[in-house]
Amino acid sequence: MSDQLLFSVFPYVAVIMAVVVTLVRYRFQKFKFSSLSSQFLEGKSLFWGSVPWHIGIIIVLAGHFVAFLLPEQILAFNSVPARLVLLEVTGLAMALLALVGLALLIFRRLNNKRIQAVTTTSDYVVLLVLLVQVISGIMIAVGHRWGSNWYASSMVPYLRSLFLLKPNLGFVVSMPWTVKIHILNAFVFIMLIPFTRFVHFLVVPFQYVNRPWQIVRWNWDPSRSRKS
Amino acid sequence: MKVRSQISMVFHLDKCIGCHTCSVACKNLWTDRKGAEYMWWNNVETKPGTGYPFRWEDQNDYNGGWIKKGSRIELKGSSKLQAFKNIFHNPNLPVMDDYYEPWTYKYEDLINSPEQDTQPTARPVSLVTGEYIDIKGGPNWDDDLSGSEEFAKNDPNFDKMSAEEKDGLFNLQRMVMMYLPRICNHCLNPSCLASCPSGAIYKRGEDGIVLINQDACRGWRMCVSACPYKKTFYNWETGKSEKCILCFPRLEVGEVPACMHSCVGRIRYLGVLLYDQDQIENVAHMEEGQLIDGQVNAILNPFDPEVIKAAKESGLADSMIEAAQKSPVYKWVKEWKVALPLHAEYRTLPMLFYVPPLLPIMGNISENGYDNSNHTYFTSIEKSRLPIQYLASLFSCGDEGKVRDVLKKLMAVRIFRREESVGDQSKPWVQKALSEVGLDEKTANAIFKLTSMCTFEERFVIPASHREMAIEMTKMVLEAKGETGFGTSNKPERI
Repeated sequence: MSDQLLFSVFPYVAVIMAVVVTLVRYRFQKFKFSSLSSQFLEGKSLFWGSVPWHIGIIIVLAGHFVAFLLPEQILAFNSVPARLVLLEVTGLAMALLALVGLALLIFRRLNNKRIQAVTTTSDYVVLLVLLVQVISGIMIAVGHRWGSNWYASSMVPYLRSLFLLKPNLGFVVSMPWTVKIHILNAFVFIMLIPFTRFVHFLVVPFQYVNRPWQIVRWNWDPSRSRKS
Repeated sequence: MKVRSQISMVFHLDKCIGCHTCSVACKNLWTDRKGAEYMWWNNVETKPGTGYPFRWEDQNDYNGGWIKKGSRIELKGSSKLQAFKNIFHNPNLPVMDDYYEPWTYKYEDLINSPEQDTQPTARPVSLVTGEYIDIKGGPNWDDDLSGSEEFAKNDPNFDKMSAEEKDGLFNLQRMVMMYLPRICNHCLNPSCLASCPSGAIYKRGEDGIVLINQDACRGWRMCVSACPYKKTFYNWETGKSEKCILCFPRLEVGEVPACMHSCVGRIRYLGVLLYDQDQIENVAHMEEGQLIDGQVNAILNPFDPEVIKAAKESGLADSMIEAAQKSPVYKWVKEWKVALPLHAEYRTLPMLFYVPPLLPIMGNISENGYDNSNHTYFTSIEKSRLPIQYLASLFSCGDEGKVRDVLKKLMAVRIFRREESVGDQSKPWVQKALSEVGLDEKTANAIFKLTSMCTFEERFVIPASHREMAIEMTKMVLEAKGETGFGTSNKPERI
C-alpha cells in the first residue's frame, strides 16, 4: 500500500504541483525567477564549486533523459562490454565531479559570512535534496551494476507508465532502498522547483543565440496606431 | 534616414567642485535599500585616480565594452556561446571587494553605553553580514587624493606613459586633479544590453533611456561585466541587476533628474538629440580615430527642414523636435564641438558628453610663484601641468589634437570675456585668438552665457513624454478608462 502511495500517487502530486505553481508564479510573481547568484559576494571558491557541479549534473541528467527516450538503443549500445564500461565510467566520473562541486558549494555556503547573509531555509533544502540525490545515485552506480542496463530495461518502463497515466510499479517494489530513495527524492526535487532557486533552469536563455544585439521598445508605436 | 530621439547630457567639468551632492540625491532617491547600499548610480571620481569600482577603466582586466576584430565588432568579454559557459561562473565579474563593503555604525552604542571612564564609540558594522568590520575602502575613498601612491598613480590612463613621465607628474609642483562625475551613459550601442542573455535590458525608443526589466532579469550578471563604465550593478539581495534609470519617472512628468536638479555647481545640461538610427552600426565599426567624429555626424541638425520631415515620418512628436531645437546638449556637442564622450574607444557610443576642464591645466609654478598669465594665447595649454595626453586618454581615444582644440576654444572665450568685462587685453589680439579657433563674438558670448549665466530652463530642456498618447493611439479612450493607473505589483522578495 505505501509503495502504491509513494510511487504511483506521489509522483503525480509532485508534478502537478510543480507545473501549476510554476505557471502561477511565472504569471504573477515573475520577479522571483532568478538564479540568485552569489558570485558578487564571493567569486573564487564559487568557480571550483559551481562549474564542476553544473557540468557534472547536466551530463548525468542528460544520460537519464536519453535512456528514458531510447532504452532499446542504450541496451544495444551496451551489448559490447567495452562500450558498457565506457558509459558507466563516464557516468560515474561525471557524478563524482558533480559531488565534488556540490560539496564545495555546501562548504562555501556554510563557511562564508557574506554568503550566510543571503542564505535562506530554501537554500539548505535545495542543497540537502541535491546531496541526497547525488549520493544515492553514486551508491547505486557502485553497488548495483550495471545501472545503465537495468535502468533501461526495468526503470524506464515504470517511468513511461507514469508518463502514460497508467502507473505500473513493476520492478520498483523489489528494488533496493537506495534506488527507492533515488526515485522518491527525484520527485521531491521536481515538486520543489517552483518554490526554490531551482526555477533558474526553467529560464535558461536559449533565445539569446538568435536575438539581435540591440533591443528598442516603444511606449508608443506609431505603426500600431488604431485606425478609427 | 530613420530619425530617433535621445535624451542626452553634458557635464561641464570646469564647474564641478566635487561636492557629491548629485551622488547623495541619487542615493536617497533610488539606492537606499538592502542589496543596493554599495551601488552609486551616480558617483564622482577624483582624477587622476582609480575610480569606482577599482580601476574600472582597465578593460584588459574587466573585459567590458566592444572590441573590433577584423571588420566586425564583438563584445570584449564573451561571445554569445561563451556566455552560456560563463553563466555558471562569470570570469569578468567584479566582486564586492572591487567596489567596497557597505557599512553603517552602531549608533545605539553611544546611547546605551553604561557609565564609564572613556567615551563610548560607534563601531562600524557591515551592512551585509552585520558584523564589525575594518573599513578598507569606499566609493570615493580617493577623494582629493591627487598624487597618492595607491590611487592616483594606479590610474589606468597612465598605463601608456613612461615611468619618468609619470613621476614628473607627481612632483609636488605639478600635482593636479579634476573631478569626473559619472552616471550611466545611456549609450546608442550599449554593451550591457547586447550581453543580456535574458533580453531583460532594452533601450526606450522615445528617449533612449536604457533600462533593466526587473521581472525579466534572471541574475546571469553578464551586463555587469559587459558595461565598460561599470554602471550596471548586481543587487546581491534580490538577485537582479540594476542601473541608472535617468530618473525616467521624473522626466515623464517634466521634472529634471535628481542628480542634475541638485547639482550645486550647475555643471549639468540635459536635452534631446536627434540622430540617424541607420548610421549607428556603421559608426560603431569605425576606426578608433574616427569614432567621435562619426558619432557627432550621426547627430542630426533639428533645424534642417529635411531632418524635420524625416523625424515626423519616423513618428517623432512635434514637441520632441521643438525640444531638440532648444537642446543645450546639441549646442555643446554639435554646434560648438566642445563636449566629448568619455572613453569612446569602448564603442558603445555613450550619450553623456563632457566639456574637458581647463582649470587643472592652467597655471604653472614658476620662479615668481603661481603663474597663470597668458602672454601668448595658448601657451598655458601647451605647457600644461596635466599632460594633454591624459585628458586625451579620457575624452578622445588618445587623440591629443581633439582635446587641444576644445581647450583652445574655451581659452579663447575666456580671453574674449576678459577683454569684455575687464578690458585689459587689446581688441585685435582678442580677435586673433577667436579667429584662430574659429569662433565669432556671438558664439563666444553664447558659450560664455551657457557656461556661467544659464538659467534652469536653458540647462534642462525636457520634451513632453506623451504617455497619454500611448493609449490614445492604440485604443478608444473610453475603452481604456479604468484600465490604467492601477495594477498589481510584487514585493521584491527572494524565494
